[in-house]
Amino acid sequence: MKKGLTLQFVPYNEIGKLDSNSKIKKILKVVKDNKIVLLEGKLKSEEEAMLIQRTMEQIDRNFKGIEIATIEGKDEKDFIAVLKKNLARALLGDKFGLTIIGPASIVKEIKKDPNKIELFTNK
Amino acid sequence: MALKRFFNLLLSLFGKRKTIKLGFYGPVNAGKTSLANRISKDFTGEELGVVSKIPHETREIQIKEKVKIKKGNKQMDFNLIDTPGIATKIDYTDFIRHGLSQKESKERAKEATQGVIEAIKWLENVDCVLVVLDAAENPYNQVNITIIGNLAARKIPVLIVANKMDLKKSKIRSIESTFPQYNVVPVSALTGKNMELFYDELFRLVK
Repeated sequence: MKKGLTLQFVPYNEIGKLDSNSKIKKILKVVKDNKIVLLEGKLKSEEEAMLIQRTMEQIDRNFKGIEIATIEGKDEKDFIAVLKKNLARALLGDKFGLTIIGPASIVKEIKKDPNKIELFTNK
Repeated sequence: MALKRFFNLLLSLFGKRKTIKLGFYGPVNAGKTSLANRISKDFTGEELGVVSKIPHETREIQIKEKVKIKKGNKQMDFNLIDTPGIATKIDYTDFIRHGLSQKESKERAKEATQGVIEAIKWLENVDCVLVVLDAAENPYNQVNITIIGNLAARKIPVLIVANKMDLKKSKIRSIESTFPQYNVVPVSALTGKNMELFYDELFRLVK
């Protein structure tokens, strides 16, 4: 029987008001259910470090870890473009950008450049 | 400014010289231990840790204390803190592919996960950090961004070391353009190439 990939979109309003611990718990629960999380926005860098720590704590025979990538758009050099991007960041905060988090057993690699993400699967 | 210099001079002459806690951070197999060994050997004649091509060779924090680094008329004491490589996944079967037994591989994987946790915890205990990257690998990955983001959030001074510059595939410009707000110094910890420039940059980082 063929198995498909499941992508679960998590809108910012579902996760933005949670504390860091609850956010990480929620993300890992979905990932450990063999789904790929498409998170609207991004985690704070401290939350990303916490996500790595929690992931390491939970690695076992079945769970090999995660692949993660955040995309925020390329670093602009044009003054107006930089201004627009900074304004968007200021207005949207952590809602700015998109984060993909998948189980390492399914997602082999996520390659990214500033405005493109390529996701390679194991199956 | 002149007063600050005078104060620093007095401090260096009569005061207790501060030892800088220098962390070595980066992804797995970037050459953190090789660089720490190179520095330690240059100034103490002794190495700090074992280097291997098998990933996660360093699974515990390794510290070399009171390493007196000298460059020209500058001199400073450092505690070198070599940390396990940060990873988001660890699969014991990868170690089997490197020739380890199943039992050894499982043990190594377990220790490696603990090593990553320890490395992140130790971010609280360092004064400044060398982020060691493999110059032949794509620098634009989330582990590197997470490490540097966390150091920036804690206001810890960072020098990016583009290691393995001796490799043909190395792309120093790629690292520079990925992290334009940081100083990047290319070195080869293996051959010792560019270490003089590295020490200059290190003193610039900690001044």
